Formats: sequence, structure tokens, C-alpha cells
Amino acid sequence: MQTVFSIAVDALAYGMVLFVISIGLSVTMGLMRVVNLAHGAFAMIAGYLASYAARDLGLGYAAGILIAVVGTVIIAIPLERFLYRRLYGATELTQVLMTIGITFCVIGIANFIFGPTLKTIPLPPALQGSVDLGFRSIAAHRVFAIVCGLVVALALWFLIERTAFGIRLRAAVDNAAMAAALGVRTEVVYAVSFAVAIGLAALGGVVGAELLPVEPYYALRYMVTFLVVVSVGGAGSIPGALLACLVLGAIDTTGRYLAPEYGEFFFYLAVIVIVTLFPRGLLGRSKQ
Amino acid sequence: MTAPVEHSATVSPPVIRRLIDGGLIGALAIAVIGAAGYYLFPNNLALLTRMTAMALLVLSLDLVTGYCGVATLGHAALFGAGAYGAGIAAAHFGISEPLTMTLIGAVAGAVAGLVAGFVILRAHGLAQLVLSIAVIHLFHEAANKASRWTGGSDGLSGIMPNAVFGLFEFDLWGQTAYIYGLALLILVFVALKILVRSPFGMLARGVREDPVRVGAMGVSVHSVLLRVYVISGAVAGIGGALSAISTQVVGLDSLSFTLSAEALVMLVLGGTGSLYGALIGTIVFMFFEDTLSAINPFHWLTIIGALLVMVVLFAPKGLYGSAVALVGRFRRRQA
Repeated sequence: MQTVFSIAVDALAYGMVLFVISIGLSVTMGLMRVVNLAHGAFAMIAGYLASYAARDLGLGYAAGILIAVVGTVIIAIPLERFLYRRLYGATELTQVLMTIGITFCVIGIANFIFGPTLKTIPLPPALQGSVDLGFRSIAAHRVFAIVCGLVVALALWFLIERTAFGIRLRAAVDNAAMAAALGVRTEVVYAVSFAVAIGLAALGGVVGAELLPVEPYYALRYMVTFLVVVSVGGAGSIPGALLACLVLGAIDTTGRYLAPEYGEFFFYLAVIVIVTLFPRGLLGRSKQ
Repeated sequence: MTAPVEHSATVSPPVIRRLIDGGLIGALAIAVIGAAGYYLFPNNLALLTRMTAMALLVLSLDLVTGYCGVATLGHAALFGAGAYGAGIAAAHFGISEPLTMTLIGAVAGAVAGLVAGFVILRAHGLAQLVLSIAVIHLFHEAANKASRWTGGSDGLSGIMPNAVFGLFEFDLWGQTAYIYGLALLILVFVALKILVRSPFGMLARGVREDPVRVGAMGVSVHSVLLRVYVISGAVAGIGGALSAISTQVVGLDSLSFTLSAEALVMLVLGGTGSLYGALIGTIVFMFFEDTLSAINPFHWLTIIGALLVMVVLFAPKGLYGSAVALVGRFRRRQA
């Protein structure tokens, strides 16, 4: 029972961190159809910035998150303007190569500036302890990660289903040319959703640093994980991404607890089975 | 009555011409560049041999990606299968005749190609890419788990290849290994050149250009792709076997996502859809990698990343493709 409970909590926390980071990727991939392997690189930039602000400058955790999110978005906007915009409508191979190139550059430059060491982000005292649930206690930062995931899911749902921007976004996802013809400025929609996506990646990178440690090859190590989550969930679908994160988080965590010597074997076996059965993802819509 | 005679008379000159302007010139170029490398870098033959093995991997990737248009990030699975096939044959079954080891590597690679192709070719686009990534990770974890056979994360050691033809011992300087690798590369190159120009090669190209149309012509697109995958696996397997023979050790890195991604980068750098592009990309990438990562591995990553972005933006045909286009434009202007 003890094991089942701790597996469940870890799986939930891990799944939520995956969700916060990859939901942005899912939205941009559903919208712009760009296979963005550099998404993890932005989470890594955020981790490095947060670590620099919170540990080296001693500004505290909240300021660290804020600086990381804002800083990463500022870095990402020119990249969208000058590099990503050329990828819209290109073949998958081109997109993969360009974004791998960006990832390599980010790894090289980040480690040149901040040094190639493991970056820790010191937690505030409130998140260091554990939360007592009456019958069991769990680490506070995992609760924090889970809450962050839920808040992000709710906020995105509100943004996309209940606001004017959400309507334009959904129109552009369904048919970009028609939306543009009806007066939606798709370029602005693209840029804003890209910025939001990167901001979420940054948030997830910092909040999830306890579960996915920020190390020099972070962007390369998790590059594939985020892409896999989006592909399994179905690009552009928030419930799909949430479902994929929970399923894959559960499989991966259970595998690590019960059969650590198999590594990520079961994770990728599950990916092959799911993608073969659902080529558009669990909850993805078919392309027009 | 005279038709068959005429037929054979008109067929043989194109065959010779095909050999001359295709395989033979390329083979000669590889031999000349290889010999130059042998005399220019006598202390660096290990690197040159590694380059040769990688060139085989990139050539095999070119068959799948360049000629058939299948984007894959899992091609090292075929290379690693060949390396482990040859390595396990030598370390556990005492088969240390290098030619036999190479053959076993080719067969292991072809089998891995069949398995990988079977999985990867079920989907298209993003799903295909993700499947290829999942395949390479599955192979990696399986090799890690089967440590009794593969040595796990310690690597597979105890590979002691015999002398080639019983005459040329594998020496400390790696001279035999290099020449053996070069000979393999030339043979494979010529074979691939013939394959690519054969009707089957044209069919593969047709699949890349327009799979629906090829299907409408009555050809099974899936079976063409699967056959290319098996051939590609044999080529990558030969590369893997060469790497096992020359380094006498097989590590888990030969089955890694990183190696797959690197192979793809080399191919695109040189230019997809041309065997020369694959070779040039490999040489340029590995030469710079060796020089620059000796200074600082992160500078190397930055530069290769920037180079990749540049190639995608300004020279989507790769170094070789752009050079050919440039020469063509120059010639047209003169004419």
C-alpha cells in the first residue's frame, strides 16, 4: 500500500510536470504544425536563468520563476520571428533539423555562459517540508507541481474555450487560410501562442527541476520525451496531452519503481503500441 | 530473328557507361581520398576508420531518408544491431574471421531493418518520427538489459578478429582496419550506386515523389519501403561490424538516439538523395567534430547547431547539392 501510494503521488507529480512543459508544444504543433524539438531547450534556458537568479543572486524562488519565464519568452520571440516563421509549412525533416540545430546552439551557449554543471534551484522553506494528509505525508514540492499542473490546465481551458483570443486560436488551428480570410491576424495568433507556449515550458522547467534535474544536456535528454507526449496525446488537444502525461507518467514511474533495470523500456513499448493504434494520438483530431 | 542481337548490343554500352560515370568514378575518388588520408594522418587512422564506419551508416540512412523520404531518428538501431551481431559472434561463439563477422553484421542489420521498418512504416509524419525514436530507445534498453550477451553499460569486449584472409593481422596502428574499412566502403558504394540507378532504385525515388501515384501504378508502396529498409539495414550492419572489428569493443552508444541524430545531421549537411552528399557530410562533420571538441565540446555543439540552421535556411540541398547547383548555373552561363 505504501509503495502503491508513493508510486501514485510520484507518477501524478511527474505527469503534471510533463504536462506543464509539453502542453505548449502541443498547442504550437496543433496550430503551426512545427515539429519543435527545441521545446525542451527553452525549459532548460528557464532552469539556468532561475538557478542563476535564485541561487547565485539569492533573489528567492518566486523571483526566480518570474525572471525565468519572462527571460525565456524574451529570448524566444526573436527566434519565432526569424527562424520558426520560415518553418511553417516545411517538411518534417526540415523542421526536425532546424530545431535540433537550435537545441545544439542553446546547449552550447548556455553552458558557455553559465558553466557546465548541474544547476540546482533552491526551494523556499515552505516547499521543502512535507504535507500531512492525515494518513500519509507527501513532499510539498510535489504537491506544488501537481497544483501548478491543474492551474495551468484550467487557465488554458479558460483561455481557449472562453475568450475571444481562444476563438481566433481555434479558428486558426482548424483552417488557417480561412481564418485569415475572415480577418483573424494569424501571424499575431501564432506569435502570441508561441510566447505562451514558451512561457509554460519555462514554468514547467523551473517547477519540475526536482523531478527533471537541470543539467548541461537537459535539452537533449528530454527533447524526445516532450515530443512523445504530444504525439501520444494528439497535437493541439489539451485533454489529450493531459491524458498522455498521466498515462505515460504512470507507466514510466511504475517501471522505475518495480523494474528499474529495464530503464525506459516499458515507456517506449507503450509509446509504440499507442502510436500504432492511434496514429493521430489518443484524442487527436484527423487532419482535413 | 535479329531482334535479340540488337537488344544485347544496345544494352551493353549503357551498362559500361553507367559503371564509368557512376560507381567507378566514385570508387576511385574514395580510394584516392582514402589514400590521401592514410598518408596525411598516419597517427589518426582510428579516426579515419571511425569515419568509414559512420559513412556506411550515413549511406544507409540516405537510402531510407534521401531516396524514399522516410524521416527517421532511429537509424542507429540498424548500425548497433550489426555491431552487436558481429561482436557477439566473436566474443561468445568464437567466430573471429573478419569477413564472416562482417557478413553476420550485415545479416543482423538486415533483420533489425526488417523489424524497425515493420514498426516505423506503419505511420506517417510526426507519428513515424516518434515511432523511430521509440524503436531506437527500445533497442538501447533491450541491449542494456541483456547484459549477459551484450556486456550492458560496460560494453562488449573480448572481440579479437583474426587476420584478414589469414594474411593481414589487425595491427596496433589500425592500418589493416583502415584499409579493410576502405575496401568495404568502396564495395558498398559501387553496389549502392548500381542499386540506386536500377529500376528498383527509380521505384524508391518514385515513392518519395508521389506514393499515391506509385500505388496507383499497381506497386505496393509498403513493400518497396520495407525492402529498402532491409537493404539499408544490411549496409548499416556492415558499418556496425566494421566498427566492432576495428575498435574491438561495442558500446551502448552505438544504439543511441544521439548517434541516430548525428547521422541525420551528417546526411543533411552533405545533402540528401545523393550518395556523394552522404560521404561528404560524414567527412566534414567528423573532421570538425574531432578538431573542435578537442578544444571545448560545447563550442562544437554551438557551431554544429548554427551550421545546421544555416544549411536548412540557405542550402537545403546540403553542401554537395548546393555545389552541384552552383556548377550547373556556372556552366549554363558559359554556354
